[in-house]
Parts: sequence; structure tokens; C-alpha cells
Amino acid sequence: MLNFPRWKIILISLIALLGILTAVPNFLSDEQLDQYPDFLPDKQVTLGLDLQGGVHLLMEVDLTEVKKEKLASKRGDIRDALKKNNIAQRSSIRNNTIHVNLTDKSQTEQALSVIDDTVEMIGASLTGSGVPDIEVERGVGGAIVVKLTEEGLIRRSDDVVTQSIEVIRRRIDGMGTTEPNIQKQGVGRILVQVPGFDDPQKLKNIIGRTAKLSFQLVNAAIGIQDRVPPGYERFPMAESERRPGLPDSIVVSKRKILTGENLVDAGLSYDQDNRPVVSFRFDRKGGIRFADVTRKNVNRQFAIILDGVVISAPNIQSPILGGSGIITGNFTVDSASELGLLLRAGALPAKLTVVEERTVGPDLGSDNIEAGKIAAIIGLLAVMVYIILSYGAFGVVTNFALIINIALIFGLLSTLGATLTMPGVAGIVLTIGMAVDANVLIFERVREEFRLGKNALSALDAGYDKAFSTIIDANVTTFIAALILFQFGSGPVKGFAVTLAIGIATSMFTAVSLSRMIISTWARKRRPTTLKI
Amino acid sequence: MLLKLVPEKTDVKFINYRKIAYLFSFLSIIVAFGLYFNKGLNFGIDFEGGIMVEIGTETPADIGRIRSAMSSLKMGDVKVQEFGDPRDVLIRLEHQEGLTVDQVVEKIREILPSAIDGEISYRRTETVGSTVSGELIEDGIMAVFFAISAVLVYIWFRFEWQFGMGAVVALVHDVILTIGMFSFTGLEFNLSTIAAILTIVGYSLNDTVVVYDRIRENLRKFRKMPMSELLNLSINETLSRTVMTSVTTLIALAALFFLGGEGIHGFAAAMIWGIFVGTYSSIFIASPILLWVELQREPNTTPQAGMEVYPPKKS
Repeated sequence: MLNFPRWKIILISLIALLGILTAVPNFLSDEQLDQYPDFLPDKQVTLGLDLQGGVHLLMEVDLTEVKKEKLASKRGDIRDALKKNNIAQRSSIRNNTIHVNLTDKSQTEQALSVIDDTVEMIGASLTGSGVPDIEVERGVGGAIVVKLTEEGLIRRSDDVVTQSIEVIRRRIDGMGTTEPNIQKQGVGRILVQVPGFDDPQKLKNIIGRTAKLSFQLVNAAIGIQDRVPPGYERFPMAESERRPGLPDSIVVSKRKILTGENLVDAGLSYDQDNRPVVSFRFDRKGGIRFADVTRKNVNRQFAIILDGVVISAPNIQSPILGGSGIITGNFTVDSASELGLLLRAGALPAKLTVVEERTVGPDLGSDNIEAGKIAAIIGLLAVMVYIILSYGAFGVVTNFALIINIALIFGLLSTLGATLTMPGVAGIVLTIGMAVDANVLIFERVREEFRLGKNALSALDAGYDKAFSTIIDANVTTFIAALILFQFGSGPVKGFAVTLAIGIATSMFTAVSLSRMIISTWARKRRPTTLKI
Repeated sequence: MLLKLVPEKTDVKFINYRKIAYLFSFLSIIVAFGLYFNKGLNFGIDFEGGIMVEIGTETPADIGRIRSAMSSLKMGDVKVQEFGDPRDVLIRLEHQEGLTVDQVVEKIREILPSAIDGEISYRRTETVGSTVSGELIEDGIMAVFFAISAVLVYIWFRFEWQFGMGAVVALVHDVILTIGMFSFTGLEFNLSTIAAILTIVGYSLNDTVVVYDRIRENLRKFRKMPMSELLNLSINETLSRTVMTSVTTLIALAALFFLGGEGIHGFAAAMIWGIFVGTYSSIFIASPILLWVELQREPNTTPQAGMEVYPPKKS
């Protein structure tokens, strides 16, 4: 062991130096970091929500809604396709399946092939053919039964999640806060973490609303008691728009003049009385269509419907030609700019419900950091004192290795962009305690070999050699536990697993390579005859 | 003069106390099960679902007043407790039928000023839905199960199956006793507890593997030594290391327990307990179990570096 090749010494020293360099930014203040030379790494560890405060929301896509919409549109497609082929039928949706009853059962074969042609392959790409969205079967009594496929639904919900993430990202970016973390989690779930933000209500207002906007013509002839005829639907008026003596709901044509997708811009503005309103602009196609419809319907009413509620139902006094307009209503400055933001960012493809919510206030976060720091420093010092008391000069080497170890942990966490959470701090403190183990195994072995009568140098040699396989076995087992924890843990627990795993890897390096290098260099120079260990 | 908690040469007959240890562990496990089935665990909202609000007050809070204010809301079973400091209060309740979480929190925010003097800071709100909490439990159980299985495979691969058996028995023992400790103390059982249990699994294993390593080595070195003597020798040889590592880890954990803040308290407590149980089980459970099973005393057929290979011996 005394002959440590030069390249090894250089490599080990370089790694240790790199660890220190990447760890240093974490211990500097922002001002110091500004003056820090550019060529040095300046990445800091990302603090978890529990350490810096923030909101954590786990949202779930309403899959029943997705299913319902898909079934309805599929039923429409099938009806249209059959009609085109002159096949008369009646269909209904029961228990998540579409039942098609043909008037003339002899057309069944033909109908089946027509329906087969409506099958869409979901997720088709250059590399794969995708999965069919429906399954067509013959049911009892000659009916045709169409079911949605499980894989198709999962793909569909994946699409919904991906689109939703886009929309949520645009909405949160529009709020101008710090970097949000938005990611897909499992099937149909979205995790949203916004650090440094402690108003979950506001966040939910922004990201939880579907914001489906449509412009539809009002049919004022149908009263509040009347049945809604086919082709029309009834929507409630927003509470702020209800007036005594006027109906609380309104009937509109199902045909949408335009939807939120036709908007290119929206935002806060003021009307002539200086009340806040939401101004918007249509894209070119939308502008032409809106001009066309308003020209033909002067003196009729149209409704602006947001998420199933009529927020405004103005009269068309003259054709609206400029492709832009305003939505009046009982807005405050806040609610008008909020709606503007939602309209700009677009509608969510499905309703999202919050299934898990955690909010940490900023002062709790800083309390946690403070407590974690103190615990880590005191723990470290106490362990170091104990090590020196037990191993003397060898203890000094161990302690040096321990400090490099902590630098490496912070360096790796910063470089990997991992998130440090409170359990992560616990992981580091625990690693401090356990990192010493490898050195303990070695030194105890050296003691034993020395007592057996070996000379100092060969005792050192044998100690390192024989302890090595034990160290590997002991660390691999803990590492396995850390990996599994990472796989199954969520949130803060994952943070713990990451620091534990990193800590095991770095402590192996510092104990086996670094401390060995220092001790062998010392032994080669001094040629000790006895070991104070 | 260097500090040595364990003298240079020890000769404690650990294995001879094994029957007492078995009895002690057996009784402890019975007690743990008894506690678990009668008293149960104090599940956190991670596993039970519900709503939790942590508030900070300017002056020490009057828990009784807060409790009666909360019960006027008629929201069922409401838990109000101090959280590490008299100015830090934890309020926990179940999901309310017909009310959204926001409405519940709003109501709490309306009623609290009547029970607390001065500013109230809302330090933390958490809600976990019942489907999510169910999944978290499932994931937790899976994690512990997979960790133990993976370890069994690793030890089997590195040693012999008998060692794997012994290690797993010791691990299950540790996990049961840790859950028993949580039931006994009423410490909150949450996600970080699962992390603690898995770390205990890792630590206890670490200890067991070190002793097993030495047993394997001695099995090759002393081929005629009676098994119980060989086990005693191996435990004694590694005793100094066992104590040293336990002490350094305990020092670090003690710092965490006393200074790390309330949020990490349960975790540190579980870990401290785990160090004791894990060390005990590697010496008194994992090692003596090797007496029950026939250990192969021929050397491994595949020689390892730096190890002498003896010619196979006919038995």
C-alpha cells in the first residue's frame, strides 16, 4: 500500500479539490457570490419547500370527465359515419359503452366495417403504430357495442396531463414568481411546487380553474320555466350578474361562435367609466367570424360563458369588426387581471382536482434551516472530538476525510441539481455518523493485526486490505436500502434517499482512497515502527 | 492515552446468553404486537388523510381555549396539540363532508383569533386526500418489503443462504420492535418514519454484515473450533468496531434529536432506537441463529483474492 502511484494521488486530490470548489458557493452569501470569479462553479443546492417555504400541490385529472367527453365525441363520429353510408341507427351511452342499434339488422356487417374505420390510433408515431382508441364487438340482440380501450384512455390521460402542464406553466410564468417545478406523476397526476409562495388559495385560483371560454348566441324567447329544446342549453348567470326581476339562467344555442382558442391576447383594461374590464383580441380567423356573426345578429344578445357560468351577456348594438372587444362584469382590478392571465394562457383540457396540498410558511422554512445547521455543526464537532480521542493522529486524518466528505456531498448535490430537504439534512447528519464507520473498520483491523505481532507497515497494509471487502458489503447493503427508498419514497423522503446514497458513495471514496493515500504517504516518509492507534 | 470504550481483548460469552436473548426478544415482539393491535399507531395525515394546520402565536398559546373554539365549529374529532414549543400549535382534523379543504381552512382562520391573543402566523397547512394516503401506505409497505428482499438476495449471493436467513430474521425483528416503539410512545407515524425504518434496516444490516464477514473469515481459519466458540470469537473481535460506530452515529443522532427542530424529532427518535435494536439483534439474534442451520465449513470453491485456500476436507 505504500506505493501509491502518482496518477492515483493526482486523481484523488483532484476529486477532493473539485468537491471543495463545487461546495463552496453554498457557504457564501449572495453578495459574495456576485463577486465570485466567473470560471468557478457557482451553483448552490436547491432547497426543498420545507426549507424555503412554498406551496406543493398534487392535482389529479378528472378521468371520468375525460371518458365522458371521449364517449360523446366518439358517438357523434360513429353516427356521422353511419349516416354517410345510409345506415339508419339509434345509439345510447350506458356504463361507459356506446350501444348502437341498427334499424335494419342486415346491415350489421357493413356497419361494423364503417365503425372500424372510425378507429383512431392513439400515440402513433414513426416508431410505433399506437393503440386503438375503441374496441368494437357484437352485443346481445344484434346491437353493436363500442368500448373505449384501457390503453387508449391511459394515452389520452397522458396527453391531457402533458397539455395541462403546458397550460399551468404558462399561467404560473404569467404570475412572475420564482421557478416552479411542474411535473407528471404516475397516471393522470400533476405535481406543482412553487417555492417562496405561501398563498395556496391564490395558486389554486390560477391553476385550478379550467378557464373554458365560449361565445354563444342567446335565445331570449325561451323562458326560465320552459323546456330547453334540442340544440340549445341552459347556463346559470354569474352571481355578480344577477339582477332582481331578471332570470338567473339563460338559454343559448349549442353552436359556439368562438372559443377561448381563438384569443391571441387578453388582459386588464378600463372602460369609459374607469371600471376594470378584461380586454381581448381574436386571431384573424376569429375576428372575421365574429364580425360576420355580429353583423347578422344586431340587436340580439350573446353570452360569454366561462366554465359553465355566464359572466356577461351583452347586446350586439352594432357589428363588432375590429377583432377585439372587452368583457364587462363585476370585476376588481385583481380578478380582471387574473382572468386576463387565464385567457392568455389557455384553457385546461380537463378539470383538475387537488388531492394533496402542503404549504410551508417562509418563517418555518428558515427555522428548519437554522435548526438543521446547528444540529449538523454540533453533531460534526462532537463526532470529531470523539474520533480524535479514540484514534489520536489517525483520528485527525479521519476528520480531514470527513470534512472532505461533507464538501463532496454538498458539491454533488449542487452539481446534480438535487433538492435538499429537512430529511435530507438528517441524511447528512446520519452520514457524518456512519461515514466514520469505514475508517473505524480499517483502524480496528490495523490494531488487531498490529497486536498479532506484525510490524507497523504490514499491519497498516493488512488492515486496509482485509477491511475492504467488509466495507464493500456493509455499504452496498445500506446503498440498496437508499435506492429502494428513492424508488418508493415521495417528496421529502426522496431527498433523504438522495443524500444518503450520495453520502455512502462519497464516504467510501474518502475513507478508502483519500485517508489511505494520506496515511500511506506519511508511512512511507516516516517509516514508523510502532502505531499509536 | 487514547480513549477505548472496549478493552483490547474481550471474551464475553455472548452466545451462551442466547436463550435469554431469544426469550427477551420473543416477549418484546409479543408486547409490540399487543400494543399495535390494542393501541395502534398515531398515524400522521400522510397515511390517514385529513387536514393539518400549524400555527405560530406571539405568546404561549392556551391549548384548551383553542380546542373549545375548534369544537364550536362542529367538525368532528379535532386534535389540538403543542408542537415542540408553547407558541407552536398543531391542529388536525378529518376531511369534512360537503366542505372543500379551502372552506375548512377559511373557517379555522375565522375562529382562531377568538382563542388566541395577538398575531397568528400560519406556518404550514397540509391536506392529503384519502386515495393518496392509501397509496402512500402501499408504497411504504412495498419499500420495506423490497428492501428486505433485496438484502436477502445480496447476502445470499455474497455469503450462503443461511446467513441471508439470519440477517432477514434479525431485520424483521428490528422492524417489528421499531413499530412497537412507535405504538408505545405515540410518536407520529408518517412518511419520514418509513424513511427511518428503512435506514434502520440499512444500519442493522451493516452491523450484521460486519459480524458475518468475520464469522466467514474465522470459519476458514479455525476449521475445528466448535461453532458457538467461533461465533463468540467473531463477535468479540468486532466488538470494538461495533461500539465505536454505534457511538459516533448516536452522537450525530443526539445532535439531531435535541437541536434539529420538531419536524425531525420523530425521525431522530426512531433512528436512536434503531441503533440500539440493530446492534443488539446482530449480536444476539443474527449470529446465534447460525447455530440452528448447518453451515458449510468447506471453503468457498471460488478462491478470493488475498485469501488462502485449503484443500477440501472429507467429513
